[in-house]
Amino acid sequence: MFMFEKAVVGGRRYWVWVLCLLTVMGAALLAYLRQLNVGLAITGLSRDVSWGLYIAQFTFMVGVAASAVMVVLPYYLHDFKAFGRITILGEFLAIAAVTMCMLFIFVDMGQPMRVLNVMLYPTPSSMMFWDMMSLGGYLMLNAVIALVTLSAERKRMAPPRWIRPVIVLSIPWAVSIHTVTAFLYNGLPGRSFWLTAILAPRFLASAFAAGPALLILLCLVMRRLTRFDAGRAPVQKLAVIVTYAMLLNVFFILLELFTALYSGIPEHVEHFEYLFLGLHGQASLAPWMWTSSVLAVVSLVLLLVPSMRRREPVLAATCAMVFASLWIDKGLGLIVGGFVPSPVGAVTRYVPSLPEVLIVLGIWALGFLMVTVFYKITLSVREEVAAS
Amino acid sequence: MSISRRSFLGAAGLSALALAGKAALNARAQEPKPEPASADSGTRWALVIDPRKCLEAGDCTKCLDACHRAHNVPAINDRAHEVKWIWKERFEDAFPSLQTDYPPDALHDKPVMVLCNHCDNPPCVRVCPTQATWKRHDGIVMMDWHRCIGCRYCVAACPYGSRSFNWSDPRPSIARVNPEFPTRTKGVVEKCTLCEERLAKGERPACVEACPAKALVFGNLVDPDSEVRLLLRSRFTIRRKAELGTRPAIYYIV
Repeated sequence: MFMFEKAVVGGRRYWVWVLCLLTVMGAALLAYLRQLNVGLAITGLSRDVSWGLYIAQFTFMVGVAASAVMVVLPYYLHDFKAFGRITILGEFLAIAAVTMCMLFIFVDMGQPMRVLNVMLYPTPSSMMFWDMMSLGGYLMLNAVIALVTLSAERKRMAPPRWIRPVIVLSIPWAVSIHTVTAFLYNGLPGRSFWLTAILAPRFLASAFAAGPALLILLCLVMRRLTRFDAGRAPVQKLAVIVTYAMLLNVFFILLELFTALYSGIPEHVEHFEYLFLGLHGQASLAPWMWTSSVLAVVSLVLLLVPSMRRREPVLAATCAMVFASLWIDKGLGLIVGGFVPSPVGAVTRYVPSLPEVLIVLGIWALGFLMVTVFYKITLSVREEVAAS
Repeated sequence: MSISRRSFLGAAGLSALALAGKAALNARAQEPKPEPASADSGTRWALVIDPRKCLEAGDCTKCLDACHRAHNVPAINDRAHEVKWIWKERFEDAFPSLQTDYPPDALHDKPVMVLCNHCDNPPCVRVCPTQATWKRHDGIVMMDWHRCIGCRYCVAACPYGSRSFNWSDPRPSIARVNPEFPTRTKGVVEKCTLCEERLAKGERPACVEACPAKALVFGNLVDPDSEVRLLLRSRFTIRRKAELGTRPAIYYIV
């Protein structure tokens, strides 16, 4: 069934890794049971900062999910053959990322057992309804595409013809999931930090940098740990994609800064002030934001210099920097920064609690487990095909 | 290609299930919202608040106490997790766009009562993914605490900070439970409902009733002879963040 039998055979290293992930997931489950019992009071969230790490992680992972399009589009629309071997890796990464997104939303809910009310009372005026629809659709699309193409590969046949329109549909769909996610925030009248038309393009740019950066890292890790070698060409091509996307992302952030700071409108300036300098003595996010900025600039320079980008150890470090920089920017600053100062000017400190961090780590562990299992299945199928 | 009996029956069964599911979904979606007896286009409830009158009463918290007692609002001391339906906010914080370097003594740094604005164009209603909050024909922005999934999208959408989330079980923090009104569970959002339960009985909101200074005036905006309309005609009033287009129904005399 779904070739899962290939995931239960593995060496010692494989099982130790899986066991580590399961341990983190177990700890997270305990923390979540406590949250279910006590309520969201066990998190660092508050009246003023009512969304935090959970929703921020969700936002970041939507980007990682959407970035599958960066391997799918060149391969299927431009017949860029070098991506042939890694396209399915991008799709499996998307499946894991969307699953994580859904879980991040789920753990953020005060009444999770009522989650199906969203389906029972469909509300087109709510962007959250559309987000759920687009994420669910994207998960389905990628699951079908990955399964069908991998099964075909296993049987050494060309994939059925009907899958091509499905794949083509997944391309605009990927753009839609991150656009709708931006719409969650940028249609709110009282939240000036998010009230910017460039939020969706910015989300997409950062997604198309962070996702492929992760994919490069995964390819390099697999070359080291498994018999699978993605090859040099696709990795270098992905590096070019990361370069362009990161360039756009930094450009978009500078546009935001110019608009806010040059206009000088307090409610636009204050959020950036809080994030980078601190407001009313609260500056807990400033070290993070500066780290993110420095990482962004350094990684961009390394990406832009071809001789640096072509050296794989440098590229690996650069990709890690890109990923970390964007994780801080989107997985931390973007959501919290929108809530401080509050609509009545309150500056509230937000520090995620230990159970909150554990739950987040648990969902990440699940994501890693899914990627591990999916990639293992893919590699086993390929080895089987190569051997026969 | 031939269709086996087995696959035909399977497909037929699935189709029937899908149709039944859709019908059930439609029925639920069209379920009418509960409306009060008085609800028609001839009613639009509003409040006119006179902060100066309120200040004359000193450190009075009668409206707040009456409201929170009547509605089983928990008294949580932790600022991060507090739940409140009506409360005092610094004038400058309630009206951030009215900043002046030379504020009048009468209002500068002084508290003013704030609550849900029962907007005509409420962002909270627009964003709610389950229609657990909605606008009634008489203008009240209502909440269904049994439908709310606790996603706090409305909390993010409200430009007034008028919505409170139950971060934990509120019941231990209610000193004396009013058996006439429901308590809430953890994980749902709540806020002022303009005492719709009292309006249904022909009574005025509890805060209005409790105010000794008559600083809170309640009435129907549609009725040109109502007390609120009289005040709005004779006094200069402002609304919180009117520039956002939310069209609040709570007016302040300045």
